Parts: sequence; C-alpha cells; structure tokens
Amino acid sequence: MATPHQSLPDLPPPATQRGLLGWLRENLFSTWYNSILTVVIGYWLVTTLVPLIDWAFFSAVFTGEGPQSCAPEGACWIFVYERLGFFLYGFYPEELRWRPDIAFLLFAITVVPQFFPTPAVIKKWLAIFGLTGLPVAGYILIAGGHFGLEPVATSRWGGLMLTLILAYVGIIAAMPIGTALALGRRSEMPIIRGICVVFIEFWRAVPLITILFMASVMLPLFLPEGVTFDKLLRALVGITLFQSAYMAEVVRGGLQAIPKGQYEAAEALGLGYWRRMRLIILPQALKIVIPGIANTVISLFKDTTLVLIIGLFDILGAVKSTLSDPAWGNVMAEGYLFVAFCFWVFCFGMSRYSHRLEKKLETGHKE
Amino acid sequence: MQSEELPVKPGRPKPWNDPRIRSVVFQLLAIAAVIWIGYTLFQNTVNNMASRGISTGFGFLDETAGFGIIMSLIEYNETMSYGRTFLVGLANTMLVSGLGILLATIVGFIVGVARLSSNWLVAKVSLAYIEIFRNIPLLLQIFFWYFAVLGALPGPRQAVNVGDIAFMSNRGIVLPKPIFEPGAGLMGLGLLIALIVTFILARWAKRRQAATGQIFPVLPVGLGLIIGLPVLAYFITGGPVSWDIPELGGFNFRGGITAIPELGALLLALTLYTASFIAEIVRSGIVAVSKGQTEAAAALGLPPRRILRLVVIPQALRVIIPPLTSQYLNLTKNSSLAVAIGYPDLVNVFMGTTLNQTGQAVEIVAMTMAVYLLLSLSISILMNIYNRAVALKER
Amino acid sequence: MQENNATVASAASNEDIIAVQDLNKWYGEFHVLKSINLNVRKGERIVICGPSGSGKSTFIRCINHLEAHQRGNIVVDGVELNEDIKNIEAIRREVGMVFQHFNLFPHLSVLENCLLAPIWVRKTPRDQAIETAMQYLERVKIPEQAHKYPGQLSGGQQQRVAIARALCMQPKIMLFDEPTSALDPEMIKEVLDVMIELAGSGMTMLCVTHEMGFAKTVADRVIFMDGGEIVEQAAPETFFSNPQQPRTQEFLEQILQH
Repeated sequence: MATPHQSLPDLPPPATQRGLLGWLRENLFSTWYNSILTVVIGYWLVTTLVPLIDWAFFSAVFTGEGPQSCAPEGACWIFVYERLGFFLYGFYPEELRWRPDIAFLLFAITVVPQFFPTPAVIKKWLAIFGLTGLPVAGYILIAGGHFGLEPVATSRWGGLMLTLILAYVGIIAAMPIGTALALGRRSEMPIIRGICVVFIEFWRAVPLITILFMASVMLPLFLPEGVTFDKLLRALVGITLFQSAYMAEVVRGGLQAIPKGQYEAAEALGLGYWRRMRLIILPQALKIVIPGIANTVISLFKDTTLVLIIGLFDILGAVKSTLSDPAWGNVMAEGYLFVAFCFWVFCFGMSRYSHRLEKKLETGHKE
Repeated sequence: MQSEELPVKPGRPKPWNDPRIRSVVFQLLAIAAVIWIGYTLFQNTVNNMASRGISTGFGFLDETAGFGIIMSLIEYNETMSYGRTFLVGLANTMLVSGLGILLATIVGFIVGVARLSSNWLVAKVSLAYIEIFRNIPLLLQIFFWYFAVLGALPGPRQAVNVGDIAFMSNRGIVLPKPIFEPGAGLMGLGLLIALIVTFILARWAKRRQAATGQIFPVLPVGLGLIIGLPVLAYFITGGPVSWDIPELGGFNFRGGITAIPELGALLLALTLYTASFIAEIVRSGIVAVSKGQTEAAAALGLPPRRILRLVVIPQALRVIIPPLTSQYLNLTKNSSLAVAIGYPDLVNVFMGTTLNQTGQAVEIVAMTMAVYLLLSLSISILMNIYNRAVALKER
Repeated sequence: MQENNATVASAASNEDIIAVQDLNKWYGEFHVLKSINLNVRKGERIVICGPSGSGKSTFIRCINHLEAHQRGNIVVDGVELNEDIKNIEAIRREVGMVFQHFNLFPHLSVLENCLLAPIWVRKTPRDQAIETAMQYLERVKIPEQAHKYPGQLSGGQQQRVAIARALCMQPKIMLFDEPTSALDPEMIKEVLDVMIELAGSGMTMLCVTHEMGFAKTVADRVIFMDGGEIVEQAAPETFFSNPQQPRTQEFLEQILQH
C-alpha cells in the first residue's frame, strides 16, 4: 500500500539569507534606494566620524601640564583635568571639599540600591532616608555652621555639586506638593479642584526662565521687610513650584489608571478618604508613575542649567566661565563636550532605567 | 414587617458629619487661605515698593526706551517707547517659535520614520541622533552652536561663500533677497488659481469616486498645478523677479537678507533638540498601530501606499497629536533661552533690559508671563480642535 | 452546578437586620431603582436575580452606600443610612462585600489584604488580626497562599481571598455582587462551595447571582428584579416550580434552557 511517509531533511536556507552577506543584503542593500542611502550615509559617517574620533582620542593630549602641552590638531583634555575641581565644586573651599564628598557618598548609598535587586525593606528605608534624613545631613555637611563645621556661603557653591543639589531638592520638595495637587485636582470639591487646576496649569504654561526671573526679582518684594532669601534659595523656590506642577500631572496620570474597583473595595471595607488614598490608591499609583517621574527628573536635571542665567554657577556656568581664559586658547569644544558628556551619561542611563521599568510594569503586576 | 414606619425622605445627618457641609466648610477655608496669601503678598509688595521708591502702574510703557535692539521685525529705534520694545520682543519670540515648530516638525517626522527604516544604517543613525540630542541640555546646545560653531566662522572678509549668492560669517548668514517687480502679481494670481482649482478638483474627484468608483490622482495633479502655474506666469511675464544679491563692502555685507547668528544658533538648537523628541513621538505613534491593522488592510488587497494613507496614518495621528502639542508648547517656552545668547526675544528685551532700566518688576514679570500663558493656551486650543477633527473621523 | 438537592437549613430569626423602604434612585434622568421595599431578617439568605440592567447590582451597592440613593430609607442593623459619615462608617463595618472582579489590592499580599481593614478600621491588634485572618483563609481553603500576591493566584483563588478579606471584619451581613460571573467555569464551584459553607454558619447573605443551583440550595428567598423593580419574590421551591409573573417565567425559561 502507501509507502510510509519520509520526513524531509532540514535544509540550510538559501545563501542569500545567511551569514554576513545575507545580513548585508537584508539590512543595507535590499532595494536600489536603500543601497544609495547606505552608501551616502556611510560616506558621510566616515568623513565626519573618523576625524572626530581622531581629534578626540588619537591626536588628543591627555597628559602633560598647562596649555603648552596641547597640540592644535587634537583635543586638549588637560584643560578639563586641571580645572576639574572647579567644574565639580565651583568656588567651594578646596580644603573643605571632603564635606560635599561625604554628602554625595551618602546620596549614592541611598540611590544606587534602588536601581538594583535589593530587598524591598531596605529599599523602603533607604527611600525614607533619602526623602527626609539625607537633605538634612547634606545641608549640615555642605553649608556648615553646626557641629563645629566651618560655614560656607551658598555663593561659593557651584559646579556639578550645585547642579545635583538643585535637581535633588527640586524633586524631593516637589514630590509631596505634586501629590497633594494631583489629589486636589481629582477632588469632588469644585473650588479645591479649581485652585489646583489654576496652580498646575499656570506653572506649566510659563517658561522656567521667567519663573527663575520672577523668583529672583519678585520674591524679595513678596516677603515682609527684613526677611531675605539668598539667591540659591530663591532659585530653589522657583524650581520647586515649576517641578511640582509637572509632578502633579504625572501623579494624576497614575491616579486615573487605578481601576474604580480599587476605590470601591477600599470604601466597602470602611476605610475613610485619607486612608483609602494612603493605603490603597497612592502606593499603587506612585508605583506605576515611577517611569513618568524618572522622565520629569531627566527634564529637571537638564533644566537646572538655566540657573546660570540668574547668576548661579552650575556645572555649565562653571565651565563656560573658564572658556574665556586666553591662556588656554580655544578649548570651547573640549569644555562643552565634557559638560555634554556628564549630562548625557546621567540622562541616558535614567531614560534606559525608566524604559526598562515601563516594560516590566506592562508585563504584569506581580510583587 | 415589624419595623416602625419611617419617613420617606432620608433623614438629615448631624451637621458635623454631613459630607456636604464638610465640603462647603473645607472649600470656604481654602478660599480664605488663598485670599489671605494673595493679600499678604500684595501688601508686602506694596510696602516694599513704597520703601524702595518704585512707582507702580503701566505708565512706564509710554516712556522712551533709549536702547537699541539688534533685530526687529517691526520698525524700531531707540527713541521709541518701552511699549514698543515689548512688541519687538514679542514679534521676535513668535518668529523663532513659529520657524522652530515648522522645522522641528519636518526634521522630527523624517527622523521618526527613518528610525523604522528597513535600512539598518539609517535606523541606527536616527537612533543615535535621538539619543544624543534629547539627553543633552538645550542651553548647552545653544551655547555650542552659538559659540563653538557659528562663533568659529570666519569674519565677513573670509566668509564661507555658497555659490557667490549666500555667505556665512560670524556676523550671520546673508541670503539673496527677492525683489518683486510689476507683473509679479500674476505669479501670485497663478498660485491662487492653482490652489482653488486643486480644491475644486479634490471635491470633484471625491464625488466622481462616489458615483463611478474611479479614482483620480489628485495629489500629483494638484502639486503640478501649484508649482506649474506660477512658473508659467513667471515666463509669460518675462521674469518679473530679480534678486538682491549680497556683496561684500567694507567690513560687512550689503544687500540681501541677514539672519543674525543669535537667531541661527537658537533656531538650530531648538529645532534639533525638539525634533529628537518629535521623532520618538512619531515612531511610537506608528508602532502603536498594531501589525494586525496593516495585515488586515493588506489582506483586503490595498496597496502599501493606501495602507499608509488610509489605515496607518489616521490611527497614528491620534496617538501622535497630544504629545506633539506639548512639544510645541515646550519649544515656544524654550525659545526664552534666547536670553542666554542675546537673541532679542521677549524675555531678553523686556524682562531683561527693560526691567533693568525701569525696575518695574511686578508689571513686567506679569506681562511676560501673561504672554506665555496666552501663547500656550492658544496652541493647546488649536491643537485640541485639530485633535477632535482627527479623532472624530473614525468614530 | 449543585447536583445534591440537599438544602442548607435556614437560620433566619424573626428579627429584621435590613429594612429598605421606598428606595428610589436616579442616574441623571434614568430611574434605576423604583420604590424598592425589602426587609431582611437576621440570618436570612437572599438571592437576587434578574436580567442585566435590572438594577440588582445598584440595589445591593446602595446597602453599603457605594451608591447614594435619592429617596427612601435604608436601615441596617439599627443604623439609618443617610449622608452622615459616622453612620456610613458604622454600617460599612458591619457589612462585607464581594465584587464581581474581586478588587483585591494588587500591591498587598493575600494576608495583608485581609489585615488591612481589621487593623485600620476595627483597630484590632496586629497579632490578633493575623490570627483571625489565618482562620478565615483556612476556612476558604487557601492558608498556604497567604504570602503570595493576588496577581499570582487564579481567579477562583482570588475570589476566595476576597471573601476571606470581607469576613475578617467579622461582618453581620455579606453582600455578593455577581461573585462568579468573572470566573472560568471550572473555578465557579470552589467559590460556591465556600459560599454554601458560609450560608450554613448562619450569616445574613444577599447575593446577586445567576447560579440557580446555588439559589435552590441555600436561599431562603429568591427575588426577581426587572426594570428597577422587585417583580416577584418567593421561597426557592415556589419560585422555580411555580413563578407567578410572566416576566419571571420568561427569564427562568431563558436561563434554565441550557
């Protein structure tokens, strides 16, 4: 009768789909216009990237002393190296720089475990410390004036240190205010809702630079006579108002994403409004908006550079002020690249993290 | 049924346990707090201004400004008033925002689509562009273009010469300026006629399709008309447009249109920065249209061009529009960074120089913020209208 | 679902625990509940059925004030249900509720879900609350899942946790809002078993459900609602064998066909 069915052997795919050649054909030269694009872009990349890499690495000068060691055809990284202290701390007295160092070590201990698998309890307590104890400890360390620490005026703070302080304080101050505003915006009381909407939309509609101007020229007028804020504090007030409006919108998104059943189940158990929010709604809402919060943190971190316009020396301001030093010649590219690199590493890392978290949240709500 | 008879209306709760009364009291307290804060700030401000001898009111707007502005779209010189400086700044802000939105949209859409290209190199270069530009502060990018790139261009005498008609130097970019002679009106008329005919054509094609099923190629024909008619008019009237080509005279160029380097740097930075965000929005908008949609359309036999036009784009736009709106708002607000390099926008001219000269902080800050508030509101209202139109089509 | 026709003996006393009088509710212009009158005795088990949109869910959600009513009176365990926050709190303490979609709190473990209300509402000491919670988890037969999160459980297990969570408040009345409608068929029985066991313990129960087998086994009274009204109510034997109203007959025909 019928011959038993013979399974066909697995054959390798045609040569055009295999190996390097197959890959090239598939991804770079699939059609005539793709081939043209590949050639044009490849040519452009080679002609721009090769000299750039040569300038930045191979012809660059990494060791030596002073401007005379630098060669005109390569980057002068000695400039960055010799001014690094100023870029990182501004005018903060050199012999006291161990104090901000300790503060940032604490900061790293608090923050770094949040990005890695760590027991939830440790994460929680570190987060609580980061929101409460760390700002206090950091202030005592950096500003001084207590426990026998020599006071350092805020006008001497600068560089990357100042950038981090502005971003950090802006975020932790905006977190509770933003959450309160978000709850207010979803309130059933029309007047509370109205106040929150106006507050949020106002700060979101105007540029940060006008807020900083306002904080620096108008805040002194708002305060009773005799009360003065220093420049840094004024900038912080401006940044906090701005940031809390954005934070509020992010949190509101999270609140809206919580299913109605959660509110009802909490209500049916007899929990009152504040307990419902604190025990059921906010823990869930805040968790799903972590990616959103990370995105506003990235924006804020980039936006802190604006304080140089009202005369604070953040890292960009510090670098920019040294670029006009005639002794070094033209080191503009090196200076700006260094700042760009600092920001890029942080912002890119943060955005990857937020992206990964988003993916993880999408795939399920387990633990 | 042994329970006692109850009144038909629910009983009134004790006032302190009544949520309605609680809510009214709470809201009254909130209003009182807002009024109190407002009043305290107002009182403090009035006291402070009095003790510093600052006058109040908007009278300063009529005073003579006495300072020059390097670029103005409307007539301006230093004998004009502070009110005029406000308008000059406003016009410059709107110019740079308008151009920025246009350019960033174009670049952003191109890069966003390129990001999904089947060409590996194109996709990766787009990705690199997006990840580099959106993770570096805008202010730094503005500085980079202004000081390191445009500032590094040679002086006018050694300007970069583009085909003898345009020049790039550290004084800005000089382009030829068209001069319209009599007869040029006919070209405008040609353009107008082409637009009207295309519009009528589109409606006719739609109706014909509805009646007979035949599809008329409106897009190529319309484009041909819109380009062709003005060109035809140009040749018929014997070339009524001449160009004022810039020439080097003394230490700078004469003639042509000059774009100051501040504008160039700001526009470049705003465009490239915002476009990196728009590209990502466009990409995710297109990705959000599920593969099943494309497959379903292909299974119906629609050609790829029509799938894009009829199935993918309408759905992608709905996802793209809301975040795109906020990018437009961001760009408009970010144009205020002009102050850092001295482009005479509203913040620079008004909140900067005018505020320094007059000291009228409250009025000037309020006016400037009000302008941005209005700009933001109008952009979001416009985009909401458009969004509704896009969203309604499908329901 | 229930093959055995043995019914659970009634534990109803003569004392009213819920009294609803002339209850009316509107959603905007739409009249959802039309003059509902119902008295429930302590320990009585009532099953409410009816086509979708008949107002049966809305009705039991009025009893713990998840929905506010506009006219009429509800007295639960001697407390009048009005806008008074203290009264609402008092009633919710005594009334447990189980939802169609479980509504477990996904960020809390099974045990924490059960502890939440006893600790924050009843102010029970934590150790004692854990003891009670474990008892109830055992009663719904999932003590071993206590430290898992809701997302890790099957639908049937989640619904049993939801029942345990409500029971941990030691309520006098339990409301069930279509507790098996969102479950896969093979999981319905495990939930119904728990509910039957609960019925046997003398709990006052109001169940909105389409499980007619369950109604026959445990109900003291079956209520049929349609168009926002109570159309017919009777003991299950009479209700199923001899329905009086044509609308009831039509509904029963449709539901019992399969």
